[in-house]
Amino acid sequence: MRLSDKSTTIEAAIAGIADGATVMVGGFGVPGTPFALIQELRRQGQKDLTLIKNDANEAGMGIDHLIAGGQVRKLIVTHIGLNPHAVARMNNAEIEVEFCAQGILAERIRAGGAGLQAILTDIGVDTDLAQGKQVVEMNGRRLLVETALRADVALIHAARADPFGNLAYAATARNFNVAMAMAAARVIAEAETLGPLGTLSAEAVETPGAFVDHVVALGALSEEYGIVRR
Amino acid sequence: MSDARSRMVARAAREIRPGMVVNLGIGLPTKVVNHLPADFPVCLHSENGLTGIGPTLPDETADRNLIDAGGAYVSTIPGSAFFDSVVSFSLVRSGRLDLTLLGAFEVAGNGDLANWKIPGKFSPGAGGAIELAQKARRVVVMTTHVDRKGNPKLLAACSLPLTARGCVVRIYTDMAVVDITEAGFALCELAEGVSAADVRAATGAPIAIPDTAIPTF
Repeated sequence: MRLSDKSTTIEAAIAGIADGATVMVGGFGVPGTPFALIQELRRQGQKDLTLIKNDANEAGMGIDHLIAGGQVRKLIVTHIGLNPHAVARMNNAEIEVEFCAQGILAERIRAGGAGLQAILTDIGVDTDLAQGKQVVEMNGRRLLVETALRADVALIHAARADPFGNLAYAATARNFNVAMAMAAARVIAEAETLGPLGTLSAEAVETPGAFVDHVVALGALSEEYGIVRR
Repeated sequence: MSDARSRMVARAAREIRPGMVVNLGIGLPTKVVNHLPADFPVCLHSENGLTGIGPTLPDETADRNLIDAGGAYVSTIPGSAFFDSVVSFSLVRSGRLDLTLLGAFEVAGNGDLANWKIPGKFSPGAGGAIELAQKARRVVVMTTHVDRKGNPKLLAACSLPLTARGCVVRIYTDMAVVDITEAGFALCELAEGVSAADVRAATGAPIAIPDTAIPTF
C-alpha cells in the first residue's frame, strides 16, 4: 500500500477558494503565518471573505494585504492591536470584527475539528464578550455557549511536510495551526521543506496527513517570514 | 524607567516564589524577570505556546519562529516545551498557573479588573487576558497608581468594561503595595518617600491604613 500524493502548486490550491468563503489562517504574529498562501490569495483577489485568525498581523504584512485590498468582510480574532490599519477599518465600520478570548477561539476551532457543535465555558461570562451569546445554567454556574467554528478553507504553515500532508511545526509556530488543520472542509498547508514519504517519521508527525487536502512546497522564504526589526 | 517604577518592578519580582508556573503580562510585568537571579527556579509560560521562557535575544541571534506573546524574540532553556494554543490555554483554564502579573486600566476594591477596552478609544481585543485573569490561581496587578492625567486607577468600582470580576488580590504601584481584602483596599507597603496620606489622596476608594509601622520598598 502507498499513501497518495497531495502536493500541488500554490496557484491551484488557492484557486479552490470561492468569493464569500470562510478561511482560517494559522499563525500568532509572524511564526506560523502562511504568508505565501496569503499573498496568492491577495493576487487571485477572492472577495467577501471571513477570516478566522488569532491576530491581524502587522500593517503591511500577512492578512493586512487582504484587508487593505478590500477582500475581507469580517474578522474573527482575539487581538488586532499590532495592526493600526485593521483597527481603523474596524472603527470606520469597513470590516466587521468579532472578538473572542484567545483560548476560547482555539477551543471553538478544536470543537469544530472534533465534530462538536459547541462548548460550554465560564470564560468571559461577566464581560462584553458575553453579549449576544446563549447562557445556560449548570451545576449552579452561568456558562456561555460558545459555538464551534468550521471553515471552508484553512491555510496552514508547517516547517516540514510529506506529500500525503503529514505536518510538523517549528517552535512557537504551532499556535493555531494545529487546531485549524482539523477544522476546515479544505485544508491547504504550505511547507518550508517538502520531502518524500518517510522523511517525517511517524513519531514526528504532529498533524496527520488524513486531515490535509493540499500540500504546497515553499521555495525561498519571502522577507515577511524573517525577523521583524523594531 | 523612572526610579519609582523600577522599584515597583523589583518589589513585584519578589511575588514570584521558587517552583511557580507564572505568566507575565505584556509590558511592565515582563520586566520583573530582570530582577530574578539567573538560576531562580521558575517556569514562565507564554500564551502562544511555550513553557520555560529563556532570555530575550537580539535580532542577530533571534530564531524567527520563537517569540513570546508580546512578539519579543525569546529563547529556550533546558526543559522548555512548545505546544499549540489549545494546550496553552488548557494549562491556563485548568488552574496550572500559580501566578499571573497583569497591567491594568482600573482595579476596584472588590478585585474587579479592567485592562482590555476603553470604549471609543482602545478596543484591540482581549487576547488571552480574560482567561489569565479569570483562571490563574493568584492574580496580581502592576500599574502606576494614577493615570497620565493624575486620575486614580484604584477605584470603588470599575467604569470600563471588565476583564474579570473579583480576580485581583494584590496591586503593586509606583506608590505602594495594596492588598484587596473582604473590606476593600488595604495598604501594605509604601514606596520610599511616599506617605500613607499621599496614597490615600491618590486612591479613588477607601483604603485601610495600618496603625503599625508600614514597611517601605
